[in-house]
Amino acid sequence: MSEALVGLQAAPQFEPKIVAFFCNWCTYLAADLAGTSRIKYAPNTRVVRVMCSGRIDPQFVLEAFARGADGVLIGGCHPGDCHYQEGNYKCLRRFHLLQRMLGTLGLEEARFRLEWISAAEADRLKLAVNDMVAKVRALGPLRWSVPAENLAEEVAAS
Amino acid sequence: MAEKQISGDVRIGVYVCHCGTNIAGIIDVKEVAEYAATLPGVVVSREYKYMCSDPGQELIKQDIRDHNLTRIVVAACSPTLHEATFRKATERGGLNPYYFQMVNVREQDSWVHVDKRAATDKALDLVRAAVRRVPKHRPLERREVAIHPDVLVVGGGIAGIHAALTLANAGKKVYLVERQPTIGGHMAQFDKTFPTLDCAACILTPKMTAVKAHPNITLWTLAEVAQIDGYVGNFTVRVRHKPRFVIEGLCVGCMECIEACVFKQAKVPDEFNAGLSKRKPVYLSFPQAVPLVPVIDPETCIEFKTGKCKKTCIEVCGERNAIDLNMKERLEEIQVGTIILATGFKTFDPHRLPYYGYGTYPNVYTALEVERLVNASGPTGGEIVLRDGKKPKTVGIVHCIGSRDENTNRWCSRVCCMYSLKLAHLIKEKTEAEIYNFYIDMRTPGKTFEEFYNRIGEEGVKFVRGKVADVYPADSDGQLILRVEDTLLSRVRKIPVDMVVLAVGLEGQPDAQDVRRMFNITCSNEGWFLERHPKLAPVNTFTDGIFLAGCCQGPKDIPDSVAQAGAAASEALALIDRGSIELEPNTAYIVEEECSGCKTCIPLCPYTAITFNADTKKAFINEVLCKGCGTCVASCPSGTIRQNLFEDEEIVEEIQGVLAYV
Repeated sequence: MSEALVGLQAAPQFEPKIVAFFCNWCTYLAADLAGTSRIKYAPNTRVVRVMCSGRIDPQFVLEAFARGADGVLIGGCHPGDCHYQEGNYKCLRRFHLLQRMLGTLGLEEARFRLEWISAAEADRLKLAVNDMVAKVRALGPLRWSVPAENLAEEVAAS
Repeated sequence: MAEKQISGDVRIGVYVCHCGTNIAGIIDVKEVAEYAATLPGVVVSREYKYMCSDPGQELIKQDIRDHNLTRIVVAACSPTLHEATFRKATERGGLNPYYFQMVNVREQDSWVHVDKRAATDKALDLVRAAVRRVPKHRPLERREVAIHPDVLVVGGGIAGIHAALTLANAGKKVYLVERQPTIGGHMAQFDKTFPTLDCAACILTPKMTAVKAHPNITLWTLAEVAQIDGYVGNFTVRVRHKPRFVIEGLCVGCMECIEACVFKQAKVPDEFNAGLSKRKPVYLSFPQAVPLVPVIDPETCIEFKTGKCKKTCIEVCGERNAIDLNMKERLEEIQVGTIILATGFKTFDPHRLPYYGYGTYPNVYTALEVERLVNASGPTGGEIVLRDGKKPKTVGIVHCIGSRDENTNRWCSRVCCMYSLKLAHLIKEKTEAEIYNFYIDMRTPGKTFEEFYNRIGEEGVKFVRGKVADVYPADSDGQLILRVEDTLLSRVRKIPVDMVVLAVGLEGQPDAQDVRRMFNITCSNEGWFLERHPKLAPVNTFTDGIFLAGCCQGPKDIPDSVAQAGAAASEALALIDRGSIELEPNTAYIVEEECSGCKTCIPLCPYTAITFNADTKKAFINEVLCKGCGTCVASCPSGTIRQNLFEDEEIVEEIQGVLAYV
């Protein structure tokens, strides 16, 4: 992690919590394979399993950010490899729209990430998780679940 | 333990598995269980050494009765491993099996983290998520589908042959599809097999003819799977038949057409002999080919190229009329319930390692070429001679070509040490040449393999431990020099030989990625198909009803290929004989009264499971066609489409649960 960035925004001990939505056939299996291969990676993700990345409702992502996630990682099968033919393409479309929307709300790009990780790519999973954790750690906590201190005044002023 | 009564009648039992020390060594299981006991709705919370054991499962069953539990959460390994086990235990306790939720704290927690505190915290979050999720679970019915009794076997090497025969002998109808003009695969090219030195053809050819003769086997050579639809029990497969230009049913196998071909001299490199001999455009791969029917190669046949051939082949075939040069490629559709993939391997191409001089120096051979040279029915009638016809007096066999090498393939190909020993024996027996084996490590872990290694050593074959750096010509007499660091003598040696044999490794088929895409299975980046579990489900894939046999799953020798083929056949048999299979009830459904009829979902379904009812102006999901991806569920603007096992409420509870949001 870049020390300079940490000093700017977050306490040194900050450990981000990342909600990960993994599809049952590729990325969830890659995570299992990382386990059977004893590949070590950052312990910051909390995986929610769905059958297909196409099942990921944008509201799930918003829910995660609203309830305290510092980052959301989506893992699906590579383009062309979806177990359900094309669910990952639907996921990709939603991801781009949602990312644009979250951007306008001030969310940094590194907090919301989509990765194609096949069932055989345990190493890629490790790299993606570690990289994302490092970047989000550098950004500091999101705290969307904490109401703004002066919310009432801000609303009144507007 | 204080009993708490919340959220209606939900009474949750939480079980944290130690898995010996696999989980408990990193995660503080006691803390997790104690924490779970404090969560709303949890009535019983325990940790136990092995939850999947009989006493572990019994614990769940007993607690359901004693404490009137209505939901079960087990924190243990991956659901792919034991979800079914615990669902059954839940059911045996008298609950609907889908009142169960599994928490993966082994593969995705204790095995991948080193920080005990962080791993335990992760387990706490995941258990909390499951405890919050289960109250939303609804009782579901199992989905059962019938299994079509016919089987498709793809690939006609020894693995495919053995699987097909096993199934056919059990009375099942088998389609065996092979892309070459004959079945037999790589094994048909070998002379003898290690370590017993039985003749490969003597073992293989009876099985090949048995395939042809078996009433339950439909054998299609020069055929490929073109397309596949459906799911376990009900696959629709389209097979592409490439034209042989000789009608199998009419040909009697007299081979007169080959004799009569206007090519008096064979001119085309013979694939079966690894290019060491020539064949004509009309040819038979080898004398024991099955089916024993020649094939015409349109790429080299004069009639196909110019249209001006005298067609002596048709003339000589005469009344039998077995040759049809107008034969066209055609597609055929079949229905099967299960599929066995036995698509095999390819050998490493040593052109990729130019410093060994393959393709540059004529006396550098691949092991497969030497197999053909040694073989009595090979291009030299079993005589081991160099390209200039002379017998080699010294031979160097170089191990690990394209194996155990960061620049090519990292894996050990498993068979090369043993086949190198075998070739050393056979070459020595036939030529009395001086033979060197250059090895990194000798790997002989198999029944009587080590004894075989000792025997070859006693026969006087020399072993040099070291990886050959390069091969270059000696100044005179056409010899080649192998430069190698002898790591036992700690010095560089230059050993002149007449013949170099490259012990090429095994690789996945070049089109493995296309094949796995078509069959919807998983393939490693290296090109080997992925088994569902290396120990518990070694021949299953992640797609139900599709099994693996032989080298398409990874390098292996003939005994292992045959054993795996038998296992794949019996897995298929188990499905067929049970007659039906249970599918996950994770289908989507529509709450009709809330559907606005906007049709957003309809084009999203790749299985056309959603239709629009013009009368009611509502969407309708055909449960039989739905495969349960949930893409439509995420798209429905009014939240009217829902998915069993993955309801919005369930997932939202899980999200809030992992984030400790109460």
